[in-house]
Amino acid sequence: MDQMEFIIEISLENKPAARDPVAETIKRDLLAKKGYDNVSKVRSGQYLRIIIKAINEEDAKVIVTNMCNDLRIFNPVTQNLNIINVKKL
Amino acid sequence: MTIKIAVIQFPGANCDLDAVHVLRNVVGVDTSLVWHNHFKEADFDGVILPGGFSFGDYLRAGIIAAHSPALDEARIMLKDGRPILGICNGFQILIEAEFLPGALLQNETLKFVCKWVNIKVINDRTAFTHRMKKDDVLAIPIAHGEGRYYTDNLKELEENDQIVFKYSTEDGRFKSEANPNGSLESIAGICNIEQNCVGLMPHPERASESILSPKQTTHGRIFFESMIEFIKRRLT
Repeated sequence: MDQMEFIIEISLENKPAARDPVAETIKRDLLAKKGYDNVSKVRSGQYLRIIIKAINEEDAKVIVTNMCNDLRIFNPVTQNLNIINVKKL
Repeated sequence: MTIKIAVIQFPGANCDLDAVHVLRNVVGVDTSLVWHNHFKEADFDGVILPGGFSFGDYLRAGIIAAHSPALDEARIMLKDGRPILGICNGFQILIEAEFLPGALLQNETLKFVCKWVNIKVINDRTAFTHRMKKDDVLAIPIAHGEGRYYTDNLKELEENDQIVFKYSTEDGRFKSEANPNGSLESIAGICNIEQNCVGLMPHPERASESILSPKQTTHGRIFFESMIEFIKRRLT
């Protein structure tokens, strides 16, 4: 089958169990201090945009998920991998 | 019997030359500084992964270096029981290469912390601590931004006696003000179950000569002396 290029956006989000001082500081020392006290929770993380050749969207997702697991792109002790968007280039 | 130690140099390493200096000139052992792509385990009896910011700490401190061929070589040493020490970024690399369990997260204060701290010996039977005594308190400097140890399986770590050092006060008490980065249970260093591989955030190579220490201590030297004695016992 012909391969096409897909853009996959992934986020590596810290798990709730480990403290997230970056997010705590954003919430406490920026948002709350500037009056955004309606914000109840912030979590920080990392974002990657990957362009990859695959036969369809599902194939692209599988390849990226396997790649991230194999190469430990996220540390499974403290981070979750989320595929947040997939689209054809 | 000639003992040979390798200090692996990754792009962005620091204190690699300090480690070589201590091993060669303070402890007196044949030591090579080896570029990470050139390292061959068969040539060495022990290995040290030094501190620094390997590969710019990109993605996550230690993760890129964890995929270096040097770690494939070091894995052979890990399995046959030769001593492996990861200092600071070296500890982060050992975690990311899954030689050691857990994670090292950004310091709770969000600041890079560079100062002398006290660490208490919890396990005095590893390849790098058997010349220490349990509950000894050592003065060793730290210099890191991502040293907050975390594990989702503390019980297993405790049961397997894998906690090697904890940050403490000078008189050996565990208090939050003595924990410089917010590490879980004040953990400063851990080992593998077999106890031949140790990782810690403090820098023993910066604490091996009295001239470098604010209190003229040489506690760092004991890590390297333990390592050499451990190798001699293995070889005889």
